[in-house]
Amino acid sequence: MRRPIHVAVIGAGIVGASIARVLSMFEDFEVDLLEREVDIGWGVSKANTGIIHAGYDDEPELYPLRAKLCVEGNKLWHKWTEELDIPIRWCGSLVLAFNNEEMKILKELYNRGVRNKVKELKIIGAEEIKTLEPNVSREAEAALWAPTAGQISPWDAVIALVENCVMNGVRLRLSTEVRGIKIEGGCVRGLETNRGFIEADFIINSSGLYADKIAEMAGLGGYRIKPRRGEYLIFDREAEPKVSRILFPTPTPISKGVVVTTTVDGNLMIGPSAQDLAEDQREERANTREGLDYVWESASKLVEKLPPKSRVIRFFAGLRPEPTGGDFIIRKYDEVFGLIDAAGMRSPGLTSAPAIAHMVLNILKSTLDADFKPKKCWNPYRRRIRRFSELTPEERSKLVKEEPRYGRIICIDKMVTEMEIIEAIRRGATTIDGVKFRTRACMGICQGSSCTHKIALIISRELKIPLWKVSIRGPGTEIGIGDVKSLFRRRKT
Amino acid sequence: MNTRECDLAIIGGGPAGLAAAIKAWNLGIKSIILLDESEILGGVLPQCIHTGFGIHYFREDLTGPEFAARLIEMLKNTGVEVLCGTYVEHLSIESGGLKRIYGYRYGEALKMDSKAVIYAAGCRERSRFEAGILGDRPAGVYTAGEAQTLMDIYGILPGSEVVIIGSGDVGLIMARRFALEGADVKAVVEIMPYPGGLTRNIVQCLEDFGIQLYLSHGVTEIRGKNRVEAVRLAMVDEKRNPIKGTEFEIKCDTVILAVGLKPRSEILARAGAYIDEATGGPIVNDWLETSIPGVFAAGNVLVVNDLVDYAAEQGEWAAESAHKFLREGGLPRVDFKRVILGRNVRLIVPQLVSCLQDTTFYGRVLKPEENVLLRFEEADCSFRLPIVRPSEMFRFRIPSEKLSRIHGDKLTVNIIGA
Repeated sequence: MRRPIHVAVIGAGIVGASIARVLSMFEDFEVDLLEREVDIGWGVSKANTGIIHAGYDDEPELYPLRAKLCVEGNKLWHKWTEELDIPIRWCGSLVLAFNNEEMKILKELYNRGVRNKVKELKIIGAEEIKTLEPNVSREAEAALWAPTAGQISPWDAVIALVENCVMNGVRLRLSTEVRGIKIEGGCVRGLETNRGFIEADFIINSSGLYADKIAEMAGLGGYRIKPRRGEYLIFDREAEPKVSRILFPTPTPISKGVVVTTTVDGNLMIGPSAQDLAEDQREERANTREGLDYVWESASKLVEKLPPKSRVIRFFAGLRPEPTGGDFIIRKYDEVFGLIDAAGMRSPGLTSAPAIAHMVLNILKSTLDADFKPKKCWNPYRRRIRRFSELTPEERSKLVKEEPRYGRIICIDKMVTEMEIIEAIRRGATTIDGVKFRTRACMGICQGSSCTHKIALIISRELKIPLWKVSIRGPGTEIGIGDVKSLFRRRKT
Repeated sequence: MNTRECDLAIIGGGPAGLAAAIKAWNLGIKSIILLDESEILGGVLPQCIHTGFGIHYFREDLTGPEFAARLIEMLKNTGVEVLCGTYVEHLSIESGGLKRIYGYRYGEALKMDSKAVIYAAGCRERSRFEAGILGDRPAGVYTAGEAQTLMDIYGILPGSEVVIIGSGDVGLIMARRFALEGADVKAVVEIMPYPGGLTRNIVQCLEDFGIQLYLSHGVTEIRGKNRVEAVRLAMVDEKRNPIKGTEFEIKCDTVILAVGLKPRSEILARAGAYIDEATGGPIVNDWLETSIPGVFAAGNVLVVNDLVDYAAEQGEWAAESAHKFLREGGLPRVDFKRVILGRNVRLIVPQLVSCLQDTTFYGRVLKPEENVLLRFEEADCSFRLPIVRPSEMFRFRIPSEKLSRIHGDKLTVNIIGA
């Protein structure tokens, strides 16, 4: 057998993880998945709406990749969520029209959807809207009903993908930041990183907000990534009324608008705003009064009623990587052999991710003019951490007898047990946020104020690190600066 | 799943729950189970290492751990069964008024039937999101209680340059606590035009340590990529909106939030108890009985108290009521008078009165006033007060003779100029 092809995938977000998974299916590749953070999925993937779009939004003439890959990705997610045990609600989406002008847009969307081969699209009237979603604003005159849209939690997906990748031989390299690309004779040789040189025959640039910078390291690119900030509000799980479908306004040229949806955990969520930031603001994730007010006002128009503001338990902001031209950038280069971009993954990046991965595979196929050999032992399945709160009383009772640590509830709001936290640590969580995204601890009303220290104790014990050094999300975010007398000692010396 | 059975279940082992358990035992209830979420009893007391506890209840100035230790010592002389590390998931009312509690603890799925329940689960802290504090979401932002747990239970110092949001007692105590460990407490920020805490704490925690208090100031933003780097403050107008041009920045690595407490009444609400929007706790009558017969509430889940002594007192009161409930097979069903929040009264407990017994009222005002009368109108009963402040609870006991004068169906409480 010939030497395996070394592939380094930059960025363990939804796109990088999807690509790594697809490559892990074949014997031909040896895959390194690089991530600069201490954990996976903490960039663009962490903070978005989590919608698996139906695929009627993207104009095939203007944005051919978005249009094609969204519909394909939607189909693939049906299979992937099942294989990977990712919670998903195939609840469908409604784009609401409130006047004649917006009715016209609905028809455009419908026609576009048909051209994009979206199935089961339908324009419906006020009556039918009400039966699908009782909480829709009475002002809504018509809607585009897309039953194939779904709702997931994006970080669930990344975690599932990466666990499955690792199971199938992908090397995950965390806290690894790319500093340079080594090219010899017009061919990629590898990556310079803060952790040394990593050999690679191919480099997949799925580095989200920094894709243009990575391409520049190879002297390539010619495109820019601009951050677009989106702010969100999340309500308490018990806050009513919720919605059972994903509600959109009619889109504008730059954005699909503020959405009203219910997360897979059952919390009502509204957002995002869409604010273009300067190119150097790629870490600017602050929440603003203007952004949150805009989200609130826009969301209020879609529904009959929102829960009171006092029931908001969290707001956050994410950045979407807006590429020059607006379409995804998925391509190889003639100038440098071995660099493949998978960049500019703005919406519908999450939906398209599995299809993007297959497209990258096809680029590799055509570049090497080869057929790859499927691994016989490739395991498509992965199970998520068993959630105590989702079990029946009988199942819980049985489980607590088998493993007493299931009886210790650490996060009160979300009923997360000690055993789930230990399991999250075993699967790679090293920080409070790592545990949070794997178990949902700290995602309740108190937002971690009553359980952060309890989780920190478990991390400290399991990973044998001093308690104060346990961090929220890696170096520089530790829960303390030392023991309680450390300032006095520091002053003496 | 084995079902445990008892006459009285007490949920929560803080001051209210402990006082209730001891009192209930001493009154002669012999089948009592006390459930507590934590591995150690005492609720929030063990981490409150400052003094100021027990002046009314023990007639001594104690620290939190001392106050808790005394109650725990007293509890040891009873036959109350204690189940620590127990999470209560659900309370439901079965046929015949039996209360069923579902919960979990190490190695056990708990199912428990009880004839009466005293719910004393305390309160929780509001988060920065509930308080609407904008900006980045870096590490280094703690609620006061969280910081206190780290420092005084685990011996960890959260940070060295501290800004405290909220001048309630919790915020003031934490300002001093940080100063005592050598941290630079750069400011205490209060959105209201007056401090939120007791005067003694303003003096002992801020003035004695030279800590700056900004009144009528709000946080417009927290800044920081990984860890907090600064907070931005601005003066606020009467509607608490920031005033343009008054914004300034304080560099710090730690933000402590003391932005209010909320009764943890969700389980009661789910069980069907009516909740008072003013207190956030259950609506109770003058037996501290919720709208579910035989389910009583005491301590900070009933109303956020500013003295632990009140919480303990409410625990005893609930225990007496539970004892009466068990002995008589229920409490008198009378037409309760509704307590009406009148002028400058923000909240009052109990919300319903039978007028059959002497009754203690706990309340808070909306805004500070000097030289006023607190009037219980229909009972024709008033108290002269030199000063009232939102931060200081008032507590008055009205004898039954006076309450029995009430003719209508309500009792209005007003604060009026003297």
